[in-house]
Amino acid sequence: MAAVTTTAPRTATPGALRGAPARKLLALALLAALLVPLAHARWASGTWPTALTVDLTTPLTDASTWIIDNRDSHPLFLYVLGHVSNAVVLAVRAVYLLLLAAGWAGTTALAALIAWRAAGARLALGTAAAFLACGALGMWVPTMQTLALMVVAVLASVVVGALLGLAAGLSDRLDRALRPVLDTMQVLPAFAYLLPVVLVFGIGVPAAVLATVVYAAPPMARLTALGLRGADKEVLEAVDSLGATSRQRLLTARIPLARKELLLGVNQTIMMALSMAVIASVIGAGGLGDRVYQALASVDVGAALAAGIPIVLLAVVLDRVTAAAGGGTRRTGRALWAYALAAALAVAVAGRLMDRLDWPDAWVLEIAEPVNRAVDWMTAHLYSGVPVVGGTADWAGHFTTWVLDPVRDGLLWLPWWAVLLVVAALAWLIGTWRTALTATLAMAAIGVLGVWEPSLDTLSQVLAAVAVTLVMGFATGIAAARSDRVERLLRPVLDVFQTMPQFVYLIPVVALFGVGRAPAVAAAVVYALPAVVRITAQGLRQVDPAALESARSLGATPLQQLWQVQLPLARRSLLLAVNQGVVLVLAVVIIGGLVGGGALGYDVVFGLAQGDLATGLVAGAAIVCLGLMLDRVTQPTRKGA
Amino acid sequence: MRNRITTGAALGALLLLTGCGAADMTKQASPFANAQSARTVTLSVQSWVGAQANVAVAQYLLEHELGYRVDTVQVDEVPAWDALSQGRVDAILEDWGHPDQEQRYVQDKKTIVNGGDLGVTGHIGWYVPTYFAEQHPDVTDWKNLNKYAEQLRTPESGSKGQLLDGSPSYVTNDKALVNNLNLDYKVVFAGSEAAQITQIKQFAKEKKPFLTYWYAPQWLFEKVPMTEVKLPAYKEGCDADPAKVACAYPHTPLQKYLNSGFARDGGDAAAFLKKFRWTTEDQNEVSLMIADQKLSPEEAAKKWVDSHESTWRSWLP
Repeated sequence: MAAVTTTAPRTATPGALRGAPARKLLALALLAALLVPLAHARWASGTWPTALTVDLTTPLTDASTWIIDNRDSHPLFLYVLGHVSNAVVLAVRAVYLLLLAAGWAGTTALAALIAWRAAGARLALGTAAAFLACGALGMWVPTMQTLALMVVAVLASVVVGALLGLAAGLSDRLDRALRPVLDTMQVLPAFAYLLPVVLVFGIGVPAAVLATVVYAAPPMARLTALGLRGADKEVLEAVDSLGATSRQRLLTARIPLARKELLLGVNQTIMMALSMAVIASVIGAGGLGDRVYQALASVDVGAALAAGIPIVLLAVVLDRVTAAAGGGTRRTGRALWAYALAAALAVAVAGRLMDRLDWPDAWVLEIAEPVNRAVDWMTAHLYSGVPVVGGTADWAGHFTTWVLDPVRDGLLWLPWWAVLLVVAALAWLIGTWRTALTATLAMAAIGVLGVWEPSLDTLSQVLAAVAVTLVMGFATGIAAARSDRVERLLRPVLDVFQTMPQFVYLIPVVALFGVGRAPAVAAAVVYALPAVVRITAQGLRQVDPAALESARSLGATPLQQLWQVQLPLARRSLLLAVNQGVVLVLAVVIIGGLVGGGALGYDVVFGLAQGDLATGLVAGAAIVCLGLMLDRVTQPTRKGA
Repeated sequence: MRNRITTGAALGALLLLTGCGAADMTKQASPFANAQSARTVTLSVQSWVGAQANVAVAQYLLEHELGYRVDTVQVDEVPAWDALSQGRVDAILEDWGHPDQEQRYVQDKKTIVNGGDLGVTGHIGWYVPTYFAEQHPDVTDWKNLNKYAEQLRTPESGSKGQLLDGSPSYVTNDKALVNNLNLDYKVVFAGSEAAQITQIKQFAKEKKPFLTYWYAPQWLFEKVPMTEVKLPAYKEGCDADPAKVACAYPHTPLQKYLNSGFARDGGDAAAFLKKFRWTTEDQNEVSLMIADQKLSPEEAAKKWVDSHESTWRSWLP
């Protein structure tokens, strides 16, 4: 947060606009002077006045009861939702049986061949190694379950996303209507999506797949629309002059021209689907996520890691292959595809004949025990009583007492209208009056929902975690931008932490920091750090070399170069890093409800666990509002992207 | 690209096949069930280890003695009832008492039937570590708890003592109890049992005092001996109004529940699960192997099955 306010005024705006922040603040102050006395006179209290809340418990409980009572008889369920659910079950089952029938050898061969054709020999080898590693960790069947779920979810997301994107790309009105919705969906924590689908579809694979689709389709839609809109005007004119119909124009020019964005969209969709597939284990997705979740129950970090590594491997392989397919030149060659398929088929048949469909038990590597020993050792020696610096538990204690508590108490101490005012001021300074209005309304909605206090508690955790993340992220990012070696060393580490399911490190984090808000913050920092480091490093590296060169020729020291040239010029990237950091931190602070983070995250978990949809849905809605508010407050006016 | 189109087409055909007519989603099984033409039973595993122990042993016997394939799903308690009623899960082996759900599904909708006693009696309570109770014997009465609040402070509980609570899925009246008994304590929810156990172990390693919501039977007692704090005695109905509770938790004989369709047509598997009944000691033995010796549930079940043949013989149909 601090970073936002300090970087904002340092813009290189022309003199005429320089007064804008001041004018905005003045206008806001005027507005406040008018409204605050009124509000204060009527509802004078520190927290959100109860007169302005709406209690949704009864209608929501009624709705949930109605659904449970009518799920097996009402036409809406029998003829519409039932078919959706059925189709998902059948599709997932078909893919799953296909993968099992191909056996481990056949599936690995097929995956490697697809990677080879799409992305080259090196990635093919990597893919094969990754699949074999999944088997070696004893996770073959769960991997296949997750893969089956992923295939269906990704296909559905891509189709839905592409259709939405097509509509938004072709019609301006639809674009205006869809864009804010899609932008918003992109920043919402995955956890908030779980409850509504569970309410309708019940626990199980259909709910998991649908939650994944809702979560993963927006990037596809956004990027499709972006690609269609960004098509080169001259090429389109040339196509027009050839007398093409609008359909021909779409199929032969606009879609092929948007290929890069489309493939990037597929890539993003896959990554988001994979992260959701893990979180959806809470609602019965099965597969790898479920193994991680079950291992958590017996505090078995090693077993959780054994299921987490395949997820990381799948993520890295899928990311690299789709990215390469999008970036590289496409080698068309049907014959080669045919050979490749035939080879994969041959391997599968060979596997079948040798009766080696299941991964042989003897080839399973037990990593759980050594990992657990290592974790035990680490937590035993770092927890407390380390000379001079104190143990991690002491740090966590100090962090809670000196940072989290004051921030939370401060937020709660502020009168409710003051919080709204601060939100409005921040959002307006950085964005437009529109973003300010959205942010303020979102914050007010939290109050209306009656979860003002837990929301501010969550907000205080987010603020603390973001501050830590930014300090560490900027420092590491600067180091990575200045040295190639550091960046090379960091890359795999960042990959792992960006894709590792958060469930895996929740337990070590508790063992180090104890139960409470501190471990939730720590987990959030671990999760958000890679993105911040990446964006910072990338932004710094993209700074115009000419500007650096001239600074150097003027005799600037490296520190001066960094401070006066690189950082100001990379301002956009840094702001993006802040925005991403905030969004990612919020996602994990919510999951922190599982380790004592309390507040909104706990309410969502409680709602899921107790089937108490009123509590869960209200908390979910509050998270949505909080995410919206935080995004708008940190989002510099978004143009084009 | 071509590959993707063909898969797309295949999926489209699939969608068409499911076609018209009613589709009751409460009767749809898991897509992972019955793969490779095996008879499958799906069991719900709750997040605590005792429940894992029940399921591990039942799974081992179903697979090795009766030739079933067993799928397990981890679902929280209340959603598990919903899944059970829909047939996505065939059985819950350990239920701690959910009167609302029982009324809805067993009495009204008749989609679930009671599968009999598990044989284990469950009890929830407040516990302090035995090493602390030995130094301060009077801590085991709730009336003296306020005296110790200062010693039980943590950064998270601030100026009050900390009462550590666990997973949100568990039955708890603790907030009301603290309030109604005028205790100078703050309930800190660990958010999951895993987090709670980890925290308790860390406290125990340093011999620090703590006060926690806990339940028996539980394997952790073997690792960290704990003594129960006496709350005002439980009387039938004293916990009827959740806001006014001021008494201890009851002793609950844990129950099994089966999906009624499965109970009727489930053949050997249903008959076996109905007869499945063991003791607290048995369950603890298996739990400890899973949670503490870090055996896989399957290995733990095998060990127990190999040494207790007389017990499980009588469960087989």
